[in-house]
Amino acid sequence: MKLYRLLSAGLGALALTLTAHAAGGAKHPHPPKEGWSFAGPLGQFDMASVQRGYQVYREVCSSCHSMKLLSYRNLGEPGGPFYDAMYPNANDNPLVKQFAMEDEILSETPDEYGDYQYRPARPSDAFRSPYPNEEAARAANGGAYPPDLSVITKARGHGADGDGANYVYSLLSGYPGFDEILFGEDENGEPYDYFEFDDGEEQGQLIQPIGQYYNPYMAGDVSAYWDGDPRHTPKGGFLAMGPQLMPGRVEYMDGTEATVEQMAIDVAQFLQWAGDPKQVQRKSLALPALIYLVILAGLLWFSYQRIWRKVGH
Amino acid sequence: MSGHESTYTPKTGFEKWLDSRLPIVRLAHDSFVDFPTPKNLNYWYTFGGILAICLAIQIITGIVLAMHYTATVDEAFASVERIMRDVPYGWLLRYVHAVGASMFFLAVYVHMFRGLYYGSYKAPREVLWLLGCVIFLLMMATAFLGYMLPWGQMSLHGANVIIGLFGAIPLIGEGLQTWLMGGPSIGNQTLQRFFSLHYLLPFMIAGVVILHIWALHVPGNNNPTGVEVKDVEKDTVPFHPYYTVKDGFAIVLFLIIFAAFVFYAPNVLGHADNYIEANPLVTPAHIVPEWYLLPFYAILRAITFDIGPISAKLLGVIFMFGSIAVLFALPWLDTSKVKSMRYRPVAKQFFFGFVAAALLLGWCGASNPDDPIIPLGDDKLQVAYTTEAGIDGVAVFAGYEDAAAFRSEKLAEGATASISIKKAPAFRFIHLAQILTAYYFAYFLIILPYLGLRETPKDEPDAIHKSVLGSAAAVPAE
Repeated sequence: MKLYRLLSAGLGALALTLTAHAAGGAKHPHPPKEGWSFAGPLGQFDMASVQRGYQVYREVCSSCHSMKLLSYRNLGEPGGPFYDAMYPNANDNPLVKQFAMEDEILSETPDEYGDYQYRPARPSDAFRSPYPNEEAARAANGGAYPPDLSVITKARGHGADGDGANYVYSLLSGYPGFDEILFGEDENGEPYDYFEFDDGEEQGQLIQPIGQYYNPYMAGDVSAYWDGDPRHTPKGGFLAMGPQLMPGRVEYMDGTEATVEQMAIDVAQFLQWAGDPKQVQRKSLALPALIYLVILAGLLWFSYQRIWRKVGH
Repeated sequence: MSGHESTYTPKTGFEKWLDSRLPIVRLAHDSFVDFPTPKNLNYWYTFGGILAICLAIQIITGIVLAMHYTATVDEAFASVERIMRDVPYGWLLRYVHAVGASMFFLAVYVHMFRGLYYGSYKAPREVLWLLGCVIFLLMMATAFLGYMLPWGQMSLHGANVIIGLFGAIPLIGEGLQTWLMGGPSIGNQTLQRFFSLHYLLPFMIAGVVILHIWALHVPGNNNPTGVEVKDVEKDTVPFHPYYTVKDGFAIVLFLIIFAAFVFYAPNVLGHADNYIEANPLVTPAHIVPEWYLLPFYAILRAITFDIGPISAKLLGVIFMFGSIAVLFALPWLDTSKVKSMRYRPVAKQFFFGFVAAALLLGWCGASNPDDPIIPLGDDKLQVAYTTEAGIDGVAVFAGYEDAAAFRSEKLAEGATASISIKKAPAFRFIHLAQILTAYYFAYFLIILPYLGLRETPKDEPDAIHKSVLGSAAAVPAE
């Protein structure tokens, strides 16, 4: 009987952990070697990294990707990367004002003549979007729509701490190197790019379609472009975004060397913060709440023992 | 129990005045203070109280969330995020509400399994059980409606699948589907009616909960022995303080687990795709419901065959709703006079098998039905070709080199040829789901009716207070 109960409990745990998510065709994203400082029950953001990540977003990502759910003021709010205790109201934070002012946005309210004018953004405005609408974004990106990055870290993975940042980090730093791209010619003399796979059972060639980039961490299916054993198709997929983080692509204000790895870590950490800006507040409330509940449980346990002491049960 | 005399004595003048006009304090006193409760209830019996707390938490957080939520397709997604970003402690409210749904179901499943194990559905508690089934049904409807509200990808496409089920009903299906959606497809009008109903149903649940407690207090609690209370003095204790403190302890333990999820892993019970705003033009690769509906989803998908004129789709819907409908019939399906499985050695084995089947069905529901669990042999490669003369042929190979060489050979001959995978036979999730579905129904429709007639139960104790003493029975009791 005991065995049965153990079995049922085990199966229960299994069923709970295995909910949803059939493994897609992508490689499993991983955290950077040093791990994430925000992970774990007592995790905190490495704010310098989040600040650098904002710089990467601003100078690289934001030319195609919007972050509609973020406002400039969020950067200066408690828990935000540019929070300054001198300015409890983020709208007064000079750094935040500066970031906002540098972006021109189309005013949401008409001027005295009823026209909509461009004006410098204010801290209360939402981040400037690179395109006025999805159609414009697609037209500018060969038909592909660069997803909004506001909650991208919550929209990837399985909801475990750091899943989304692992994905962003792995994807951005996981493109094959340029030296791995080979050039071929088809029978009509048209050139094409391909990769040679020679790794265990993955043996063959993967053709990279024009305007698409192969990435092992992208969810997708590359079987149509795979010349090799179809039972061992390489993991990953194609996406319309090519590798963006070249060494030195940004010049960090704090002097950190802008390696691909560093920029990927920083922007992943920034997006992790942006996806759930209250996560540090959440975790810092966790311990007091749990301690309170544990003490309450203890008191109730002793009350229970005392009240029931004369009753056989 | 209804039989026992009220022990409430109004003390103050106001209490006397009120008691002769609306004896509400007397009702509360008799129901929750002096209510005689068997003294042998174990921790499995604390889940009723836990569920009451869950309902209260969901209603309170839900009311506040509704103050900030916008039920339109253009703004719903952003308004949920806005709650978490800009409403003071909005992140806490929203995560408590979302995790709370999972916790509510976790508790209700334990509560139902407890009822199944101790035979709490048998006379004189059939109505109590039926009301519980109604609550369960309302809970599923509420959860389904609520899952739509964040307007993520799973919200939209999950709702599409479920509403599509009604389309399988002959004659009225299509009309019913349109009526539910308020139009030809899921749109703004659907979201608004779902929000309206999501706000309504919890209060209906609260109403049925009152009936449920009333139906509990007429015959009184069942207990782990399944033996009815014979001597109120010896067998029972007053609900307060004995069970208020015991339930309170269990509730706080439950809240610790609840809080751990809310604070450390608030999104782990949900699906990441629901943080992608709903887009009718993009269908997620795998549409799965929330974990607590997975076993029923597995039953739905397990039916892949037609029976006579009934299509597999309709049959799947019938089985899925049947799996819940059969619970309503349970009091009349179980023929055994013995309530508690403690004294039913054979039925007990089948019961634990049923628990395992339910959990494994959840696993099947989460998995791709065509994925193998136990592969029987290796996948092979097949080369399909069409020669210039128009003759089709297929050749099967184990190794890739041979297949590729054969393909080149055929291509050189001027034929068209391509390689594809010939999947090896396997024991797949769909097969497991079919076996488990069969067991699920057999448990209620064959095993319980038959066992009740054939099984020899162990001796039940004569009275609750005798069982309580257990191994200490040798020691003089008084």
